[in-house]
Parts: sequence; structure tokens; C-alpha cells
Amino acid sequence: MHPVLILLAQRIALGLLLLWAASVLLFVGTMILPGDVAQSILGQSATPVSLANLREELGLNEPALTRYFSWLGNALQGDLGTALTNGQDIAEAMGKRLGNTLFLAGTAAVISVPLAIGLGLIAVRYKDRWPDRVISSFTLATVSVPEFVLGYVAVYLFSVQFRIFPSLATIYDGMTFGEKLWAISMPTLVLVLVVLGHMMRMTRAAILNVMQSAYIETAELKGLRPFAIIARHAFPNAVAPVVNVVMLNMAYLVVGVVVVEVVFVYPGMGQYLVDHVSKRDVPVVLACGLVFAAVYIGLNLLADVISILSNPRLRHPK
Amino acid sequence: MKRIPLAALIGLFFTGAYFLAAIFAAWISPYGMAEIVGDGWEPWSWAHPLGTDSIGRDLLSRMIWGGQTTIFVATAATVLSFTLGAVLGFLAAVSGGWLDQLLSRFVDLMMSIPSLIFALAVLSVMPATLPILILVMGLLDATRVFRLSRAVAVDITVMDYVEAARVRGEGRAWIIFREILPNALSPLVAEMGLRFIFMVLFISTLSFLGLGVQPPLADWGGIVKENREGIIYGIPAALVPAFAIATLAISVNLVADWVLNRTSSLKGGRGG
Repeated sequence: MHPVLILLAQRIALGLLLLWAASVLLFVGTMILPGDVAQSILGQSATPVSLANLREELGLNEPALTRYFSWLGNALQGDLGTALTNGQDIAEAMGKRLGNTLFLAGTAAVISVPLAIGLGLIAVRYKDRWPDRVISSFTLATVSVPEFVLGYVAVYLFSVQFRIFPSLATIYDGMTFGEKLWAISMPTLVLVLVVLGHMMRMTRAAILNVMQSAYIETAELKGLRPFAIIARHAFPNAVAPVVNVVMLNMAYLVVGVVVVEVVFVYPGMGQYLVDHVSKRDVPVVLACGLVFAAVYIGLNLLADVISILSNPRLRHPK
Repeated sequence: MKRIPLAALIGLFFTGAYFLAAIFAAWISPYGMAEIVGDGWEPWSWAHPLGTDSIGRDLLSRMIWGGQTTIFVATAATVLSFTLGAVLGFLAAVSGGWLDQLLSRFVDLMMSIPSLIFALAVLSVMPATLPILILVMGLLDATRVFRLSRAVAVDITVMDYVEAARVRGEGRAWIIFREILPNALSPLVAEMGLRFIFMVLFISTLSFLGLGVQPPLADWGGIVKENREGIIYGIPAALVPAFAIATLAISVNLVADWVLNRTSSLKGGRGG
């Protein structure tokens, strides 16, 4: 068998193992912590009868191991249980929201990745001159600020003062694609700003690292234009670290989306998770946590796979 | 002693000012934390330099008290994550073998779930009191410190002087605290600044989501949440704490950068 295939199979198996372990960790974090879950869900006003009912409903009378495996077994078949608060099927309620979240995160990714790489290339081309300084200090400012702050500053400027974009991201069925894009313009802008800085800085660092190699000097001595050297000679060799950073930031988008959805009241997974955390609806939280962890682990795995595939030494072994 | 660069001076000044305001909150805040002194969202005036909040509490006083909570929680969580992460990281590096494997793989696992998601999951069953918030944030962040301190310590444990201490028959605690810790201190101190910022952002985000510091207490993320409705009417009250979070984060960043440059130039010894 081709050694790359073996390597990939190993990585994927490792990813699945990690996902399983993450599910155990989430389960332990919510269900088996010291203290009585039913008590903390119902709070001070709990009567003994309602406590007993809730324990029955959550299956708390069973041993933890049995509960875990029945939960996992159901989750693997697509049954994530029902919400405590309204008795709705979680998988069903989640389906459309997951679509909305992926739409938002996907749009942000489509805009931010080429932009970050482009800005990174420009920053390298004009290293230590004003374009580099402007880009670097602007991105430093955006990475040190939490998402919700960026969100409200953006709302204050673009929705209230200049009235360009809608301040709430309301989205419903029957909207055309263009209307949907317009509705999510503000949250997309914020998410792009959040990940842009980090991606651009890492791209810049990765390419600068390659720029010190001997073959770059050769290219310079051949008399190539500086931008051709960066784009044609340096960038392909910086692909692996850049892809890694891009994927890490896509994974970061998954988390950033939680906060941004709350800011713009966008009907996605993040809003769903936060709502149910404050209602102490443990089955929903557990299911959302599992989905977020799966996406996060999946993207990290994808980063590994791409960086293996982009390495010619691994693709064409001696 | 070299001159302190301007950026670091600005950073030091603002960081110092925020910490002093937090420590002396009881003396410098003009009104009480929960005292209602006017109408909702009064504009800036001499009596209320930053105006009032959504239900008429003096915003400046709330900012000062809120800063105290935010900075206290972030500091306590940073101390916890550093103590735990560094000690376990050094221990893993010094012992090696199965203990190292066990701790490292467990940390890998913890880091495979985004910390915000994990914190939300835990907070859905635990009451959001200050000790629990500090504990959750500190424990989740200790994983990052563990990675860094283990990586730093692995390089140090192979040094001759550590070998000499081992041959001399020193115990594990001596090697960790007397041989490795002093030599690993400078990268750890710079990292501490970054972790502190991360903690400030973390607690603010949790409070903003309504799952962090709970109402009778004020904190910056919570103040943003309380005044968010005003933004749409053009009332900037929610932007004041937002601005405070951003400036604190940037100024600590500037100081940490300076510390990192200083210590790394000490090691390299070139150019200054």
C-alpha cells in the first residue's frame, strides 16, 4: 500500500478516537460531576417529587456507564434525545440551525481566507514599509478584541451612524440567496475581522521563513520581480503551515460563531446552545457540545491531511 | 538597563491604571455599585462622567467595580492555570515515561474541545459563582500552560547542570523548583501576559452570554450585555466597557511583547 494512505488512515483513526474520547469528556463534564444534576437544574425551588421525576427522565438512577453507552448508541443513530424544556426532538431542532451556522461560517471563510493570504503576500512584499505596518497594526488591534466588542462597534458604526447594514441578522425560509447574504452581512464582517488578523500574521510569518532559503536568493539574482518570487517560489513551500493556520482559524470560527450569533440574534447553533445553557437543559447542551467538538476535530483532522498531501516528500517516497 | 520603548510605556501606564482602579475601587468610585442615581441612559455630564446605564446607575462607578471583578477573576484564573500547568508540565518533562504520556495525551484530549464550548457545557450544570468560574477557566487554560512549560522544560532537563543535580542525588522537587523553574521563568512570564488577556476575554465573553458573573456583581462583559439594547438607539453606553476590555487587552499585549523581546535578546545576546 502507498505509505501516504497508511499515514492518512492512521490520522483518521486517531481523529475518530479523539472524537470518542471527547464525547466521554463532555459526558463526564455534564452528567457525572460531583453533586446532583437534577438538583442543580431545578434549583432551590425543587420539590422531592419533581426531583425524583427529573432523575427518572434523565435516567440518573441508572449507573453512569449504562447511561453513557445508551446515550452514545442513540447519538450514533442520529437520535440526540429530546429537550427537557419543551420536549422537542433535538436532532430535528438542530438540523436547520446547523445549516444556518454553516452558511454564516462558510461565507466568512470564503471571504477571509483569500483576503488573509492576499494581505499576507502584500505584507511580505512591502516588508517594514508602510503597507506592512498598516496591515500589521490593524490586524493586531482586531485580534486583541473579543468578538462581541467588534460586533457592537460594527453595529454602532455601520447600522446606527451610517445606516448601511442591518443590525439584526434575521433569516427565514423563502428568502432569496442574495437577501440571505445581505441579512448576514454584519455578522460575516465581524467573523472575517476576528479570524483575518491571526491568519494574515501567520501567513506573513510562514512566507518570511521561506524567504530566507537559498533558492529565493537564486530567484532574486535571476532578476525576477519581487511579487513573482513571493507568489511563485515562496508561497508553494509555505502552503503546509498556511493551510494549518487556515484550518485552525476555521475551527476558531466555530467558536466565534457562538458569540456572534448571540450579538446579532441569528438563529444558529450558537444561539441554541447559549439559550439552553441558561435554561440548564443538559441533553441539548450535550448534543450541541458533541456537534461543535466533531466539527472542531474534523477541521483539525482536515488540516493534518492537507499538510500531509501537500508535502511532496511524503507523496513520492523513494 | 535599556530605555523602555514608548509602546511598552503606554502599555505599562494603562495596565497600571486599570489595576490601581481595580484595587482602590471602594475609594475612587463616586457612587455605589448598585446605587440608582438617575434616569436610564443619561448622557455624559459632570455628575456622571460616563452617563448612566440602562436602569440609571452611574456608569463610571459600575465600570470601576466591574473592572475589579473582571481583573480579579482573570488574575485568579491565571494564577491557578499557571501553578497547575507549570508544575504538571515540569513534572511531565522531568519524569518522562508513562506519566508524561498520560498527562500529554489527556491535555491533547482537553484541547480537542474548544474551551468556550466545554466551559458552557460545565456551566450548564454548575452554578456560576466566582470560585467555580475561576476553577473552570483556570483548569481549561492550564492545558495551554502545560504544553508550553513542558516544551520549555524538556529542553532544560537535558542540560549538564540538571544532570549534575540528578547525580548529586537531588529529589524531583529540587530539580523542578531549583533547577528548571529559574531557567524557564522568562518565556513563562511573557506567556503569562497573553494568558491573562485570554482570561479577560474569556470571562467577559461568558458574562456577555449571561453565563459568567451573575447580576448583583458587575463586570465588564455583563455591563455590555445590560446596555446592548441602547446601541440601536445610538446610545454608546455598551461601548464604554467594550473599549475598556479592548484597551486592557492591547496594553497588556504591548507589555508582554516588550518582556518577550527583552528576555529573548538577553538569551541571544546579539544586537540588543
